[in-house]
Amino acid sequence: MLISEQKPFEEILDYVTKDRVIFLIGCKGCADGCESGGERQVLEIKKRLEEEGKAISGFSLIDMVCNEALTRMKLAAYAEAIESADSVLVMTCGAGIQTVASSTHKVIHPGCNTISSGHAEWKQAERCMECGDCVLEFTGGICPIARCAKGLLNGPCGGSQGGKCEISPNLPCAWQLIIERHSKIGSLHMLEEIILPKNWDPSLKDGSPTQRG
Amino acid sequence: MKAGSNLEKVLEGGYFAVTAEVGPPKGTSTAVIQRKGELLKFYCDAMNVTDNQTAIVRMSSWSGCILLKEMGIDPVMQMVVRDRNRIAIQSDILGAAALGIRNVLCLSGDHQRFGNHPTAKGVYDIDSIQLVQTLKTMRDEKKFLCGEGISGEVQLFIGAVENPFADPFEYRVMRLAKKVRAGADFIQTQAVFDVGKFTKWMEMVRDQGLDKQVHILAGVIPIKSVGMARYLRDNVSGISVPDEIVIRMEEARDVKEEGVKIALEIIDQLKEIDGVHGIHIMAVAWEDIVPVIVERAGLLSRPIL
Repeated sequence: MLISEQKPFEEILDYVTKDRVIFLIGCKGCADGCESGGERQVLEIKKRLEEEGKAISGFSLIDMVCNEALTRMKLAAYAEAIESADSVLVMTCGAGIQTVASSTHKVIHPGCNTISSGHAEWKQAERCMECGDCVLEFTGGICPIARCAKGLLNGPCGGSQGGKCEISPNLPCAWQLIIERHSKIGSLHMLEEIILPKNWDPSLKDGSPTQRG
Repeated sequence: MKAGSNLEKVLEGGYFAVTAEVGPPKGTSTAVIQRKGELLKFYCDAMNVTDNQTAIVRMSSWSGCILLKEMGIDPVMQMVVRDRNRIAIQSDILGAAALGIRNVLCLSGDHQRFGNHPTAKGVYDIDSIQLVQTLKTMRDEKKFLCGEGISGEVQLFIGAVENPFADPFEYRVMRLAKKVRAGADFIQTQAVFDVGKFTKWMEMVRDQGLDKQVHILAGVIPIKSVGMARYLRDNVSGISVPDEIVIRMEEARDVKEEGVKIALEIIDQLKEIDGVHGIHIMAVAWEDIVPVIVERAGLLSRPIL
């Protein structure tokens, strides 16, 4: 199981400052088990966002958001509600958030931090390193920690060529993907900001991250 | 003056700067550095000492810098984020500043997989842009990354690199702008062989007004052999060598002379590009040729400031 916890509400609120209408996604898999993005948490977030004056165009709870085929199928049923929203708030692990990002052209916001572990991911779609301080808000829903060979937060480095990483012709350059995604959803300007050095503390697996606090 | 290094004086004085590169030995010989220093001393304004380039273990950059400094040469300490976390980086910067190293070039570093310890853990605690920003904060605010104060001056002339030949091409200038905003004082670029593409990149740089905010030194690599030309074209990611250069080398009677001629032609064109404030010559394993190139390019004698 991928262990996630909800981001502080203030942080989520900060992400959605400019959005009026939001669509919510939760997961009936790990995030439900972790009480970070199951039905109860999604409904609670819905209520709190509405209290802040946001409109929720709908929400969907998917068995395993990390399964892209399943997620695409489920989201198709909500096409209209998603289309009418300014953004999608995804209350899952980093793998789920990125699955949603690759299934919709909408701006997505991460609602959870993924802190540990188990790599419950799909082969050749490894997306989340469970670093515990999710940056997907700034990188267009594509994780440079997991997917850039150098884990750069302000990439790409000089080794990006033809969309591939210098270390392997099979590895897509994560920053090429991030730039393409930002360009497609009209948010390339977000990359003008320098992303500050990251808090790695939650990612250090020296002892159980949930027990050591 | 931010640091008062010779490189800063040359660039701020409006001179066309020349920097060269020294690769430290895979061993403990000080003579290797000193010999290269002696050879290049009067032919450049500052000398970069590489930091475990291509992820192969060599003598540390800062020790090479000290050896050059003792000879009266202005060193540029290269620092990659591949091998050090933010604690080690800031500590090394304090040490370098204390010992009189005034120029630091910030890089990500070639991925460890390419080197002689491919199973090493890459650190990448902070990235090269965050490194530039960290050094600027250390110098201008006398503060560490954590916000605590630093005692004493941290005089640094801060450099960064950019590769106009990497992808996505349109984004490279935006990333350069980010480095400038982070605090870069000078930029050394990847080696230029495709002058057309570089010219286009410089146009975009000027459109953003970045040439007025940072000193750009264009990279030059003299090609020594046909094999090297082919290797650079086919195997070095991030370098773009047009086929016509490889063909010229293949057809040349005097291969080395052809390599020098190509370098000189490129330098001539670079000198004419608005916003290019100097060149950085990376004569990998061919340092002897640097004096010849600098002299024939009409870049002697170097200013004494």
